[in-house]
Amino acid sequence: MAEEVTYREAVKRAIDKALDEDERVFVMGEDVGRYGGTYAVTHGLLEKYGPDRVRDTPLAESGFVGAGIGAAIGGMRPIVEVMTVNFSLLALDQIVNNAATLCHMSAGQFNVPLVIRMSTGAGRQLAAQHSHSWEGWYAHIPGVKILAPATVTDAYGMLLSALEEPDPTLIFEHALLYNMKGLLDTDDFGNFNIKSANVAKEGKDLTILTYGGSLPKVIESANDLDAEGVSAEVIDLRVLRPLDDETILASVRKTSKVLIVDEGWKSGSLSAELCTRIVEHAFFDLDAPIARVCSEEVPIPYAKHLEEAALPQVEKIVAKAKELVGSK
Amino acid sequence: MRLILRLPKLRIMIEKEQSHHHLLKQMLRIRMFEEACAEQYSAGNIRGFLHLYIGEEAVAVGAMELFSLEDAVFATYREHGHALMRGISARSIMAEMFGKASGCCGGRGGSMHLFDKETLFLGGSAIVGGALPIATGLALANKLQNRNRLSVCFFGEGAMAEGEFHEAMNLAALWKLPVLFICENNLYAMGTALERSESETNLVRKVESYRVRCASVDGMDVLAVREAVKRAIRDVKELGTPYFLECKTYRFRAHSMFDPELYRDKSEVEEWKKRDPIDLLSNILRSQNLLDNTEIATMRSVVKEEIDDAIAFAEREPLEDVDNLYRFVYAEESLDG
Repeated sequence: MAEEVTYREAVKRAIDKALDEDERVFVMGEDVGRYGGTYAVTHGLLEKYGPDRVRDTPLAESGFVGAGIGAAIGGMRPIVEVMTVNFSLLALDQIVNNAATLCHMSAGQFNVPLVIRMSTGAGRQLAAQHSHSWEGWYAHIPGVKILAPATVTDAYGMLLSALEEPDPTLIFEHALLYNMKGLLDTDDFGNFNIKSANVAKEGKDLTILTYGGSLPKVIESANDLDAEGVSAEVIDLRVLRPLDDETILASVRKTSKVLIVDEGWKSGSLSAELCTRIVEHAFFDLDAPIARVCSEEVPIPYAKHLEEAALPQVEKIVAKAKELVGSK
Repeated sequence: MRLILRLPKLRIMIEKEQSHHHLLKQMLRIRMFEEACAEQYSAGNIRGFLHLYIGEEAVAVGAMELFSLEDAVFATYREHGHALMRGISARSIMAEMFGKASGCCGGRGGSMHLFDKETLFLGGSAIVGGALPIATGLALANKLQNRNRLSVCFFGEGAMAEGEFHEAMNLAALWKLPVLFICENNLYAMGTALERSESETNLVRKVESYRVRCASVDGMDVLAVREAVKRAIRDVKELGTPYFLECKTYRFRAHSMFDPELYRDKSEVEEWKKRDPIDLLSNILRSQNLLDNTEIATMRSVVKEEIDDAIAFAEREPLEDVDNLYRFVYAEESLDG
């Protein structure tokens, strides 16, 4: 039965279910226990499962992410929460040099079934050190899988499916999504898909590729565009590594025009990779140059008007889409 | 293939009478294996980085056979000796360094990344300090599953300047985890002497502040290492808490094959060579009339046979197929349970 819940509640229910059903699962991270989680995702779980399974850590990202790798190799199924994507940079050595490489370096002898969750993104006036969007950058790395849930259904299902993965899986939860509400039906999660992109809205005039925290902005933009007679197809990428080329290219071939919306910067980015793949595989299907609405190439500023100017906004997306559709 | 590769492991187990002669032979085995590696490097059969363990053999030989096959062992990029002592065959290691399909990692790891699931040998890590948190996490898994097993992590003293060392010490002590940290203090972090990289050169004192139980031992004396590691294992198993053992040792050869050794005097190396771990043990045995030159010659020829066989094996084995390049980027087998 479907129930309206927040994205935060959906993540929590998934963690709760995993802790309840699989004794190998435990949660570890900064302030996940007594504090209840910085974004209150794990609130109440310490009381239910105790400090061994809802484990507060010191401020030692490299240490506890590395410990998660070791625990995963040792037969556990850790869910490591890194408080924010910004702090994950302190654990890069463990993620990039160990989690991502151990399976290949050991010729498949050791694999790392580790789930790492973190909040990502900007939009709350937290300034340059708390507003990064590194998920596209993590998608650069062979050996990890990258998930970006943008709906309550994905927030729930992706976490549970990630725990079934034999490889390190990073889940990026945009901080602005936690309060978003949506319908969650927990009855049907047998073979939850964490391989494909999703056509979030069908359309015929252009394709908008996006994911995560930008999806609600893009849906709003697409609705505005509809009102102006422009039919946008919205693709929620969902999985940033490996990318679902098939779904992306099918939509490109259908509409022949592509707009990419990503809160990451443009240079050397996921949006750049998407452009390249489309050019490599569907160049002659395009009727116009690929367009992008991404964050401006500045450290994200604090002041509200400056931050808004730095990030993708509905007005920018709508304007860029109309420009694209107008061009032949 | 699998069976052939595993035969030397079986031989070690059978031989494992733990006599002094056995320890001597194992040190000779590592020494001669490393010398052969240097030759193969010069011949161009081994490439990349090659870090030789010559001079430090007493640590791996004194420690490694005290661990059970259920204990997990993490080592550094200077790990050929540990791998040999763990029971990974000389053939498998040499083939790995030759980049061959039958190497222990199918040519993906090379000298710095030897792995073996069967003996829970977890590398072979080439980022200084990087294995410490993982070993700590594996100890956490053991503790959470009520398994009375060790997680053992070897590292150099250079790692003690890394943040990951301190994060791992703190976690291991805070969470009371059964992990044995063995510091191979060879006095140089690549070319940087201990006193040029640590404000406190007494390593035990550094670690004590984390409330981790500690000891320091002469790492050139295989018998002393053996006793110290026995005590350390007992401590970890009885108390279920971490233990830090410093083994004071010395690297006789250059850091890697590219190192011109501008940072230390030859006289210092010569001085340390007077305490060569192989000579130290040989002299003890000789003084008690327990060893003669014939026995040493026999040991050498047995070891030489094993190493020659490993090289011949590595030479004749096929290269890993390029079609397999993408294998193991992600796990191929489904998860247990």
